[in-house]
Amino acid sequence: MSAFVDAFWQIAALIRKELLAIVKDPASRVILFAPALMQALLFGYGATYDLTNVPYAVLDQSRGAASVELLARLDGTGVFHRVATLASPRQIANVIDANDALMVLSIPSDFENLLATGQQAPVQVILDGRNSSTAGAAAGYVGSIVTDYNNERSGAGGVTIERRAWYNPNLESRWNLMPAMIAALSMLQTLLLAALSVAREREQGTFDQLLVTPLTPMQILIGKALPSILIGLIQSTIIFLVIRFWFQIPMNGSVWLMYGGLLMFNCAAVGIGLSISALSLSMQQAMLYAFLLIMPLMLLSGLLTPVRNMPAILQLATYVNPLRFGVSIVRRVYLEGAGLADVAVDFIPLLAVAAVTMPLSAWLFRNRLA
Amino acid sequence: MKDEPGFRRRFAALFRKEVRQMLRDKSNLAVGLLLPVMLILLFGYGLSFDVPSAPVAVVLEDSSPSSRDFAAGLQGSRYLAPAWVSDMTEAEKLMRAGKVDAIVRFPADFSRRLAPGNAHIQLLLNGVDSTTASAVEGYVGGAIGSWSQRQLDRLGGSSASGGSVVVVQRMWFNEAGNSTWYLVPGLLVLVLTLIGAFLTSLLIAREWERGTLESLFVTPVRPLELVLAKLAPYMGVGIINVVTCLLAARLLFKVPIRGSLWVIVIASILYLVVSLLLGLLISGVARSQFKASQMALLASFMPAMMLSGFVFDLRNVPVVIQIVSQVLPATHFMSLIKTLFLAGDDWAQILRNCTILLLYVAVLTLATTRTLRKSLD
Repeated sequence: MSAFVDAFWQIAALIRKELLAIVKDPASRVILFAPALMQALLFGYGATYDLTNVPYAVLDQSRGAASVELLARLDGTGVFHRVATLASPRQIANVIDANDALMVLSIPSDFENLLATGQQAPVQVILDGRNSSTAGAAAGYVGSIVTDYNNERSGAGGVTIERRAWYNPNLESRWNLMPAMIAALSMLQTLLLAALSVAREREQGTFDQLLVTPLTPMQILIGKALPSILIGLIQSTIIFLVIRFWFQIPMNGSVWLMYGGLLMFNCAAVGIGLSISALSLSMQQAMLYAFLLIMPLMLLSGLLTPVRNMPAILQLATYVNPLRFGVSIVRRVYLEGAGLADVAVDFIPLLAVAAVTMPLSAWLFRNRLA
Repeated sequence: MKDEPGFRRRFAALFRKEVRQMLRDKSNLAVGLLLPVMLILLFGYGLSFDVPSAPVAVVLEDSSPSSRDFAAGLQGSRYLAPAWVSDMTEAEKLMRAGKVDAIVRFPADFSRRLAPGNAHIQLLLNGVDSTTASAVEGYVGGAIGSWSQRQLDRLGGSSASGGSVVVVQRMWFNEAGNSTWYLVPGLLVLVLTLIGAFLTSLLIAREWERGTLESLFVTPVRPLELVLAKLAPYMGVGIINVVTCLLAARLLFKVPIRGSLWVIVIASILYLVVSLLLGLLISGVARSQFKASQMALLASFMPAMMLSGFVFDLRNVPVVIQIVSQVLPATHFMSLIKTLFLAGDDWAQILRNCTILLLYVAVLTLATTRTLRKSLD
């Protein structure tokens, strides 16, 4: 029993030392927590796929009631802002090339006539394809405005589509991106932190001293892992609070379940970090290898684009990516209100990664001496 | 110019040392040469904003021919993969499990209300992935719209109330609206940002930490010489990356390069210098490898990816974020490089953005040499 208590205090002392090493310097303290807050705010506003401002130019050669009506509908959306009224087709290239307009609406002179005689009247929409997502979204929007316009003109009414979106009523991309950030932003730093922890001691020569203490590799592992996990969870909390209370994205699921997922995710990420650390001979190596890994982890996580859009082989690769499942758990619990039964399957890959990397790094501590 | 040979000798010696140091450590080269290739492959093949045919559950509560015909219209869209489902309970179960992106429901009174012209279709979208949801909404709307149009034509048209407006769409620079074309040029920016800021940020910090920088101060080496010697080897790595990115864009992803190659190369080198200097500045300020790596990550990579217009369109963000993004050198290079690749030489923009980059070079050189000089006190 007393051996157990001793072991506990030994680990506690190591954890205390590790935390001190990380936060003793005021600049390091700031760098661990301020950026999380700042990035949550910046990306909360900046990371959006939503169309809110489409500057467009018009070349109206018909100048009839119909074209005026159509343009009024476009302006009425609040998304399209007319920045120029062109006089000739030669000006189209200028406004688009110079980035002044994302779109030019060109209405030919026979537009009014064709409409009145019951024919199809073409309107040309020229889009700046340099940003294909925005251009595509704008084109879709114009299309739906024209469809509405046609429906009203024909008076048939036709079929209306009643839309309702689950979990995100206004289909705001912020709702979809920000919960994922709770996992993603903290991973950037915790993985690096863990990767540096052993490498730093190797570089400074103190790791050998640690190995000759009565601490077992398992105790060293816990002592090294817990501080990083803790800092990861604190960062996630900062981001979570910003999302919940600043951006007011409603949380539908259980906070406890989300934190359970985050804890498991952090264990997996820190396990990877510690393995890198145990393999590296210097801090520089640890950092660069960690960084080399962070990129694919971020890109293949479903954070920016859905995993389903990826080629099959890359989809397969995402199974060993803890961030994919971290993002999935947080998003589903936060937005969908998913319960344990729904997300339990996402815990398995996280557990597997942690179960492989943690013992691996403990083994590497002893067996890889610089 | 009496000092000239001294400068050359000192620079050559420092340069040799830096090159050796760079080549000795494999991790350096892994990030410098492997990471760009990895990023090119991941972005080129892995990330796509083009929604492939989206699974949609269709619930027919009305089994009349007209609703069947309508639902069949959904199948015509190449963006949708409709699956017939017996009732709403099952459809909702599929959606909760993430198996379908949307539910299209034809209510029992659909055909009865079709004739008077007030029929409804219910469209339930899974908003967790809002981008896909919006796209699916557009596809369903389009499919239904074109069906109505055909239906109208079949009924002999409604020439009494006039014709209809059709949209003829032309997407310039990227006719197919392919997102790879839009992402790949931006990769050049991302890769150069990473190489610069991340690799160089560790350089001076490491020397601070090990105390070797102080030993350099007692030599006649001047701060500017130090900066130049540290930059030069990574310039080499960066230029290899520029070439790799250009080749990959052209040969692997068939992205057109419509602007002149020389302008692209010169602008890239200019940005490379900016980003290398930024890394050195971080390095000089941070003075520890840990802080330097954290600062590099926060100051370069994340903003370059999230706030430079690489993925997210800056036209849609609030003014404050636009101001922040204008401060980032990456934003200016990003907009220039996308134009150069897809649109061609726009001299007004080339001059403006290159001048901005040159200003950054000047300011950062000044700031970096200053952080090194100050430490002599």
